[in-house]
Amino acid sequence: MSALSERPLGAVVGAAVPHEAAALHVTGRALYTDDLVGRTKGVLHAWPVQVLAAHARVTAVRTDAATDVPGVVRVLTAADVPGVNDAGVKHDEPLFPDEVMFFGHAVAWVLGETLEAARLGAVAVEVDVEELPAVVTVRDAVAAESFQGGQPTLLRGPDVEEALAGSAHVFSGEFEFAGQEHFYLETHCALAQVDEDGQVFVQSSTQHPTETQEIVAHVLGLASSEVTVQCLRMGGGFGGKEMQPHGLAAIAALGARLTGRPVRLRLNRAQDITMTGKRHGFLAQWRVGFDDDGRLTALDATLTSDGGWSLDLSEPVLARALCHIDNAYWIPAVRVNGRIARTNKTSQTAFRGFGGPQGMLVIEDVLGRCAPTLGFTAEELRRRNFYAAGQDTPYGQPVRHADRLATAWQQVLDSSDFSARTASVEAFNASSAHVKRGLAITPVKFGISFNFTAFNQGGALVHVYKDGSVLITHGGTEMGQGLHTKMLQVAATALGVPLSRVRLAPTRTDKVPNTSATAASSGADLNGGAVKNACEQILGRLAQVAAEELHVPAADVRFVDGRVRGLDADGPSLPWEDVVRLAYFSRVQLWAAGFYRTEGLHWDSAAMRGEPFKYFAYGVAAAEVEVDGFTGAYRVRRVDIVHDVGDSLSPLVDLGQVEGGFVQGVGWLTLEDLRWDERTGKITTSSASTYKLPSFSEMPEDFRVSLLDAAHEDGAVYGAKAVGEPPLMLAFSVREALRQAAAAFGPAGTSVDLASPATPEAVFWAVEAARAAEGAHVRDGGSAPPQPQGPPIRPESERVLGQA
Amino acid sequence: MDHQITLQVDGERSALTVDTRTSLLDALRERLGTTSAKKGCDHGQCGACTVLLDGRRVNSCLVLAVTAEDQEVTTSDGLAADGPHALHEAFVDHDAYQCGYCTPGQITSAAGVLAEAAQGWPSAVTEDLTAERTELTDAEIRERMSGNLCRCAAYANIVPAVADVAAAQGVRA
Ligand code: FES
Ligand code: FES
Repeated sequence: MSALSERPLGAVVGAAVPHEAAALHVTGRALYTDDLVGRTKGVLHAWPVQVLAAHARVTAVRTDAATDVPGVVRVLTAADVPGVNDAGVKHDEPLFPDEVMFFGHAVAWVLGETLEAARLGAVAVEVDVEELPAVVTVRDAVAAESFQGGQPTLLRGPDVEEALAGSAHVFSGEFEFAGQEHFYLETHCALAQVDEDGQVFVQSSTQHPTETQEIVAHVLGLASSEVTVQCLRMGGGFGGKEMQPHGLAAIAALGARLTGRPVRLRLNRAQDITMTGKRHGFLAQWRVGFDDDGRLTALDATLTSDGGWSLDLSEPVLARALCHIDNAYWIPAVRVNGRIARTNKTSQTAFRGFGGPQGMLVIEDVLGRCAPTLGFTAEELRRRNFYAAGQDTPYGQPVRHADRLATAWQQVLDSSDFSARTASVEAFNASSAHVKRGLAITPVKFGISFNFTAFNQGGALVHVYKDGSVLITHGGTEMGQGLHTKMLQVAATALGVPLSRVRLAPTRTDKVPNTSATAASSGADLNGGAVKNACEQILGRLAQVAAEELHVPAADVRFVDGRVRGLDADGPSLPWEDVVRLAYFSRVQLWAAGFYRTEGLHWDSAAMRGEPFKYFAYGVAAAEVEVDGFTGAYRVRRVDIVHDVGDSLSPLVDLGQVEGGFVQGVGWLTLEDLRWDERTGKITTSSASTYKLPSFSEMPEDFRVSLLDAAHEDGAVYGAKAVGEPPLMLAFSVREALRQAAAAFGPAGTSVDLASPATPEAVFWAVEAARAAEGAHVRDGGSAPPQPQGPPIRPESERVLGQA
Repeated sequence: MDHQITLQVDGERSALTVDTRTSLLDALRERLGTTSAKKGCDHGQCGACTVLLDGRRVNSCLVLAVTAEDQEVTTSDGLAADGPHALHEAFVDHDAYQCGYCTPGQITSAAGVLAEAAQGWPSAVTEDLTAERTELTDAEIRERMSGNLCRCAAYANIVPAVADVAAAQGVRA
């Protein structure tokens, strides 16, 4: 056990404590960014001037009529930008564009005394455009060779062509699947103010305050030290607030700077959906080889992601997709190409899993389609291909704890009573002509850490006041994932004080600078390491003080549950508060800045090789569904999950993450159907009335979730693993169960193609195809998918502004 | 067109002048500074803005402020006027939230559900349409709460939280 992962006696981590803001959440007293508006005097409201064309050159913007609208204070255009006209970090996202790149692109912003005035002002702004040809679908982009960014290739093992030539079975196919709208219940919001000295203060619903700060600074032509960004909390982020808030915060800050008044920019739901990025949809083209025992021999695939109009995070998302195409399976020969389509859509971005789910979906789809053709059950085919101890991933990272996969798999088989229920599903299907059931089990292996090594650092600031109370701040943001709760538990554990002694102050860039995004599930690992480090610095100093007082060696001083003593638990002890007070009067520093960096990581994005992940998180889910053959409508009858969170820091929080992640994954794979009008490029699912989100009605009827036992992780703070993203991919079980239920409408051994999302309509068509025994569109043999020859991903692609 | 109204919100009366097109939600949030009810969609699709109007739940983004005159508006914060409501406690006990943004709306909606059940109002899944009180089974809770979206998907914990209070109030066995 490492010093980082070892838990002391009486640890507060591991206790099932409520969310730190629980009492505020239930009454609604918890403040989100937009709740601050009523507490701020003289606020101006911002409204975008959106151009309704997918692709057009802006030839003129006339604002006179707008400034005549009563209540309009100012119209912001490109001419107002004192710094760089860029909302991103790659210089490809003008904040005020002269070329409209997607339907609804904002080219100017109006500030008004009221929201209504700003809205009417925006209507009055006259924008002349010259329409240009647009590329809307990913297939159109491929045909037009419209790509952007690097085109990485992941290569491993024997030559793929030879491996395929020597394989007993070779199949090929295609799979185009949809992205996902974040639909965080709180839309994007920023509130900016400038103080008497010109210091800019932006409150933003952002997962990445440091980058928001940097973009605001470069738009305003200021140094980072002149801009402070604070995030109280978010009403959901899911990756959608990792890069997308920056430009919006910059608009608010620009308005505040030019008018001297606070500016609020809050997108309404339709604006949020039409203007901000989503999960990338992908087109996958593949060939796969198996031996006679159903073991994978080779995978040759090309993934084309739909990046939208600018790069945003598309390159690292693609890299993570490539790094997860193996999911839990050993594939000896691998050649996977990636490329990013440039389309006239919103700029697609991070979304829980960050490309990992997309990569994994490809291999799970391949296995689900090929199993019947190979004559194996899907369960058997998956299990046969699991990683074993000593094997490594296609990018060269050893798969540590591969045995946990098998353990979790067996636990789910047992707890779900899998074989007996498989038999009863078969019996049910044999006796039911129009309603069929399916039961499927799928694994998850997900790499934890940012691929880009530099981002794997965290910071914290811990203050102990003279009265013994403790205030912590750290670099991570709270979006409902329970990070703040975990950090309080970490601090209480590290200091050996009761949880009630510790408070947490909101995330701000002037408390902890140069932070990484709260993303990649790494918030607790990175910031927890930093909080612990800060606490240990303070304890080291306090131990000296206590040692003198207790007449024991400093190394023997223990801090347990608010008391300080020597090794002997029954020996003399002092209250924590007394030691703190003594330390103060001995002129001992009672606060510390903590820092943590994940050790042992390296990654070469050009070669797509290295050990980018500190560890893997594992999970297994079994799902049973029932499909109506007349309509394709289905229900999820039961779900069993065993998920690996290491030694949980906070079990209530972690269970919630597993349940919530799973349901969000089910949404992506079965309900949430993003549509664009392919003629105009307009997104046609711009509200919850047309974009179906998981509700109470779609909950599994029987939902059983447990955490994997004996799962200590040596390389992470207090032995816990990250939990934010991995459970999303447990939802593959539902999709595969739907495939099996659809197949049951056809003759035995039917292979089924299933669209994604597998909406009832999609399931209906899958059932129809199975009934007609059409066979799936998996071809025997087939030729190589396209082999793009673009440049590799540059390591710079993940760097933030100013470091490039 | 502007109109002078008096709103009674969480036990407090306030006079204000509103454009007649102002929604109750905007009157609460933008004019009275009452931010317990949240805006998720502004179109009656998410339930984040749910408040009680004389004890009945409504999406406050779909109610005109002028029509709420002379009615008692209660937000989740208002339910805590005499200390935490049983629903507040049950939501904390069951960890029935993550980001918390939908939570005040879930709670006011649940309070409305409990009242509906006590009065025997049937829902689409009610079997006995003549019962004086509706038994709030899990299926009833899911059906009645289905207008309250939770993007964090805390649903699995919200149902038992509401069920606990229903049992305590005698609308669930
Ligand atoms: S804000 Fe009223 S229902 Fe969504
Ligand atoms: S708790 Fe986040 S939307 Fe419900």
